Amino acid sequence: MIRTDTHTIACIVFAAAALATGILIDDAYYLQVLIFIGINTLLALSLNMLMGYAGQISLGHAAFYGIGAYTTAILSTTYNLSPWLALPIAIFAAVTVAYIVGIPTLRLTGYYLGMGTLGFGMIVSIIFREWYSVTGGASGFVGIPPLEIGSFSFDTDQRYFFLVWGVVLFFFIICRRIVDSRVGRALRAIHDGEHAAAAVGVNTAAMKLSIFVLSAAMASLAGFLYAHQVFFISPETFSFLASIRIVTMVVIGGMASIWGSLLGASLLTLLPEWLHAFADYEMMVYGLVLMLVMIFLPQGLTRGIIDLYEKSRKNRNK
Amino acid sequence: MQEFLQYLFSGITNGAIYAVIAIGFSMLYRSTDLINFAHGEFVMIGAMTMVTLTVAVQVPVMPAFIITVVGVSILGLVFERMAIRTVRRPEPIVLIIITVGASIFLRGLGMLVWGKDSHTMPAFTAHPPLDIAGARLLAQSIWIVAIAIAVAACLHLFYKRTLTGKAMHACAINKQAAWLVGIPSKLMTLLAFGLSTGMGAVAGVIIAPITMPAYDMGSMLGLKGFCAAMLGGLGSLWGSVLGGFLLGILEALGVGFVSSGLKDATAFLLLLLVLYFRPGGLISAVKVKRF
Amino acid sequence: MASDAPLLEIDSLFKAFGGVRAIEDVTFSIQPKTITGLIGPNGAGKTTLFNLITGIFPADSGTIRLKGQPVNGKAVHDLVKMGIARTFQNVELFSSMSVLENILVGLHSRTTCGLLGSVLKTPRIRNEERMARQKASELLEFVGLSDHADRKSGNLPFGWQRLLELARALASEPDLILLDEPAAGLNMSETDMLGELIQNIRKQGVTVLLVEHDMALTMRVCDQIIVLDRGRKIAEGPPRVVQSDEAVMAAYLGKPK
Repeated sequence: MIRTDTHTIACIVFAAAALATGILIDDAYYLQVLIFIGINTLLALSLNMLMGYAGQISLGHAAFYGIGAYTTAILSTTYNLSPWLALPIAIFAAVTVAYIVGIPTLRLTGYYLGMGTLGFGMIVSIIFREWYSVTGGASGFVGIPPLEIGSFSFDTDQRYFFLVWGVVLFFFIICRRIVDSRVGRALRAIHDGEHAAAAVGVNTAAMKLSIFVLSAAMASLAGFLYAHQVFFISPETFSFLASIRIVTMVVIGGMASIWGSLLGASLLTLLPEWLHAFADYEMMVYGLVLMLVMIFLPQGLTRGIIDLYEKSRKNRNK
Repeated sequence: MQEFLQYLFSGITNGAIYAVIAIGFSMLYRSTDLINFAHGEFVMIGAMTMVTLTVAVQVPVMPAFIITVVGVSILGLVFERMAIRTVRRPEPIVLIIITVGASIFLRGLGMLVWGKDSHTMPAFTAHPPLDIAGARLLAQSIWIVAIAIAVAACLHLFYKRTLTGKAMHACAINKQAAWLVGIPSKLMTLLAFGLSTGMGAVAGVIIAPITMPAYDMGSMLGLKGFCAAMLGGLGSLWGSVLGGFLLGILEALGVGFVSSGLKDATAFLLLLLVLYFRPGGLISAVKVKRF
Repeated sequence: MASDAPLLEIDSLFKAFGGVRAIEDVTFSIQPKTITGLIGPNGAGKTTLFNLITGIFPADSGTIRLKGQPVNGKAVHDLVKMGIARTFQNVELFSSMSVLENILVGLHSRTTCGLLGSVLKTPRIRNEERMARQKASELLEFVGLSDHADRKSGNLPFGWQRLLELARALASEPDLILLDEPAAGLNMSETDMLGELIQNIRKQGVTVLLVEHDMALTMRVCDQIIVLDRGRKIAEGPPRVVQSDEAVMAAYLGKPK
């Protein structure tokens, strides 16, 4: 109960901070970086629900991100459909694929699940690259329109900033509610022991499938937001490395931590911006960070910092 | 017929390479119950080291081969010692993330050391290609298949005839019991890593002359090797060999008669099919826990 | 009591693993609101029988009925809903979750909130959550863990973990509860307490099936004892009768020549 209250306060503070940031910052570069942080936070949050809470690894999550981006790109550009009509279709596409792929894949555990999701992600990225006539192939897809509501267009960075962070806040609330509910407890129970979870009455297969589908829908929404922000997408953005980037965000921020997703996404979006010559070292840094965090701070940075703080507070009280 | 034969040759050549990579996965899994997602990067490092040694340093093929395999095996030992043994909670999800991290790290390292360009090296021997019923068979292809089969045969003897090989097998069956009868299981894990990464290096070395190696070749090869291992049965030596050849041939025929865009997708489709319907592989060596 | 329809009926059950016959032609039935002990030497097939009853794996042949309904081939979580709960030989708690949360997961099959419900938090869902928490607190009180509701379950002493697992199993409001060596790893006073607890569970109308190596406990609490040896039922009856049964003596001590 106390936790829920702190979360409400955190949400209010967070919303106020986002509002202030959006109004005060009018530098296009910073706003764009913040927009990408928002999109990545949504992605990290979606994977965290699956990997952090339910304990089901996915090394192909960028596939759903890509399905969202490509579906809206193709419908709104090639077929001139309104993006707002493309959005439900994009989410429906991701949900359908997740459902069909999820049934056999989520029966796998451990390494096999890792390889299975990886193989799925690879196939989807090969489709993006090879289905030239529809996706534009390796050179990418250009000319995606901006979002509009009537005559109001989300064509400035400031407007897009509010849209993206509004969505992120919305999902923070939704995910917190899920985590604190009967469903969230069942997911964590599956993480701790799938056998035991089934033995106390949890339909583990159905539970894993529903969180996988939700996670895919969120990633697809992130892809939608991405496509209508950059107007150009290419298969690179949704490759294996992209899936690993999302995993890295979750691992750094902390598995099973909603606010950790924000931290992880922020760090991994800002790092390349800060380190100018980062591009050449990007992979090495990701790799090293993944290994070091998993070896020394398996709970992630957020939990690690909280643990340190609580330890010091305990010491002080003594 | 000529066309078919040509595709078959290329399939068998690639298949032999997948087989060697698959053996690397299988041998490690058999001894440690672990799947090394960075395995493909060791193949890449093997290929790149071989190119550097033979082209830039001008070392003859035989010594360069040996130096590369030994060097990469040592790298594998270091990897086990530093990144795997230090893990406090050796759950699959943790080890997957660590080995994936290692794979990205090694790929980035490869890019720094060898640059982003592809490299080339001459074939092991300068024979002209053979002409068989109108299809061309490269001399290097014969080397590749011969070395792959020789390696598998050596490993077979190692597991069946030597005490160390039997000890490794014992560890695979029951670590605790093996420890009780005096087998140093930690050493066996280390050895398995060395063997497995060494296999990766062998694959890299033999593929180097025909593939124009680059820093990013590893992940695809690794995944296909894993697919081959799953196809034949993870943990089984000859299953891996069979899976490798099967995958190579199917892939080549798919490219030849269906679509070239299909090349990489074949492996992953097969992988998913095997995982879903026959997780023990065609030759069942292990039972996948699916509860 | 004899006129009641049996709660659990097991009829000529077979189960083999490869060439090993783990359960061979086992038949027995259990009356409601009784405590039945399942004993036998190691490898007699007790845990296999538990796994068959709880649906972990299917039987090769034979039937299992609960309240007259066949349960063969049903999924584990469906059986929980039908009224079968269990504990494990090596306590399997959700170790990263709190004591209270463990019980709340135990209430899973008696609550309904789904993904959508958890997001919308309708009054009905809030009410359900409140009821669940109250029920969980009552169960914690029943096993005496009320003071530790917010502790991480993985950090509890072993004896308390057993009690928590028992409370978690009771949370699903079972008709039949299967306890797999509940006294293993407990000290004498804890075992005494457990014995009382098992009696109390029965008083609440729950039928108990118990695998236990602690003979003193088994003989004290059980109404009926079933003895398995190498997959076969070799004796059945009240504790005193079974204790003096020759086949049982032979199974435990070896056949007198």
